[in-house]
Amino acid sequence: MLESTAMIDEGLKSELQKQGVYVTSLQELYNWGRANSVWPLTFGLACCAIEMMAASMSRFDLARFGAEVFRPSPRQADLMIVAGTVTKKMAPLVVRLYNQMPEPKYVIAMGACAISGGPFKQGYNVLKGIDRYLPVDVAIPGCPPRPEALIHAIMTLQEKIRNQALTGPNRPRHLNADIEGEYPVPAYGQNDLEPPKNSEVWQPPPIQR
Amino acid sequence: METLEQIQSRLAAALPSAKIEILANECAAGERSLLVAAASGFTVAKFLRDDAQLRLDYCSNVTGIDWPDKELTEKTKLKQLVDGVEKEVEEVKKTFRPGYLEVVYHLYSMALKHGPVVLRMRTENRADQTHLPSLTPLWRGAEFQEREVYDLYGVIFDGHPDLRRILMWDEFVGFPMRRDYVAPDDYEYEPTPHDEVLVEAKKHYLVEPKAEVKA
Repeated sequence: MLESTAMIDEGLKSELQKQGVYVTSLQELYNWGRANSVWPLTFGLACCAIEMMAASMSRFDLARFGAEVFRPSPRQADLMIVAGTVTKKMAPLVVRLYNQMPEPKYVIAMGACAISGGPFKQGYNVLKGIDRYLPVDVAIPGCPPRPEALIHAIMTLQEKIRNQALTGPNRPRHLNADIEGEYPVPAYGQNDLEPPKNSEVWQPPPIQR
Repeated sequence: METLEQIQSRLAAALPSAKIEILANECAAGERSLLVAAASGFTVAKFLRDDAQLRLDYCSNVTGIDWPDKELTEKTKLKQLVDGVEKEVEEVKKTFRPGYLEVVYHLYSMALKHGPVVLRMRTENRADQTHLPSLTPLWRGAEFQEREVYDLYGVIFDGHPDLRRILMWDEFVGFPMRRDYVAPDDYEYEPTPHDEVLVEAKKHYLVEPKAEVKA
């Protein structure tokens, strides 16, 4: 049923299009729909959230790219934009929000803090990147990134969705019943979160000199 | 507004048992403050709030300060006769100052449009006697700030309605804003370490860098 577009000859496809016949595959159609209805979660942690708001407003107008319907409930959202510093106190709540989102779901780590802890990396209360607990699809560097960068990240995510094969080992999470749906929520420890990272998602970089 | 000396003398008349001291400030602003003993802190603060001439009805800020144990050196020049010749000799006097925690309140009057009066209180030490009276019953706005001082410095405010950690999680152990707090070692690879991070990074390098061979 869900055969890849490689089955159709590209030349034949464009030739048919010139004659007014549009040939597509179910996968292409399915991904086209998926990519253009990304609903982000209204959810900000720090100053990056201000840029996220600006991106959704009239000047930058995220709506042009099919990702403008910010939902205030995780049950209705399928994109989590981690916009800002994730403190260790906040991290379990972020993971819980992610678990509450229905599949298919994606994560954008917006800004230096969400990627690595940013300027607060050496602090005692800041998580050194949300990728310790969640599978991040797109990371946006910047402090904070401009709205154009967020729009670019959403376009990158759409590109990723469009090129995803619906069958095979790299099929989307919601079509793979073997993938664990929930990520473990870390507990508060005496100095750090327990565990400090989800080893299935993230491994620390080797220390080089 | 009255000067601090006037306030101090009126406080001494109204509350004879209270120990109040005026602390000088050497910085450019020169904002001096009232240092009150912890035992009489609450009554002094209540006087400052209710007095008709002061009416300090607004507590704008509560701050904690950690003063660790310190050896103070005082140098004095003395003239002495050495081998029949008069010479200046420096005498170094060392005194040990035990550490303490300090809480600073900035008080203003909204009614009379004056302020600030800076009020300070100090704990006995930094280890087991870190109790101070809470001023939240007098100024409700101090509640969260006193919780923050408790959370980060470990000052225990007696009489606080809800003394819990506010920024760190409840299970957290330690008081991270104290000078001697050592954060747990969770160093990770840094591509461009510098300053303190470089010192930290070097502890984790497995192989020592080879010394340059000098010709």
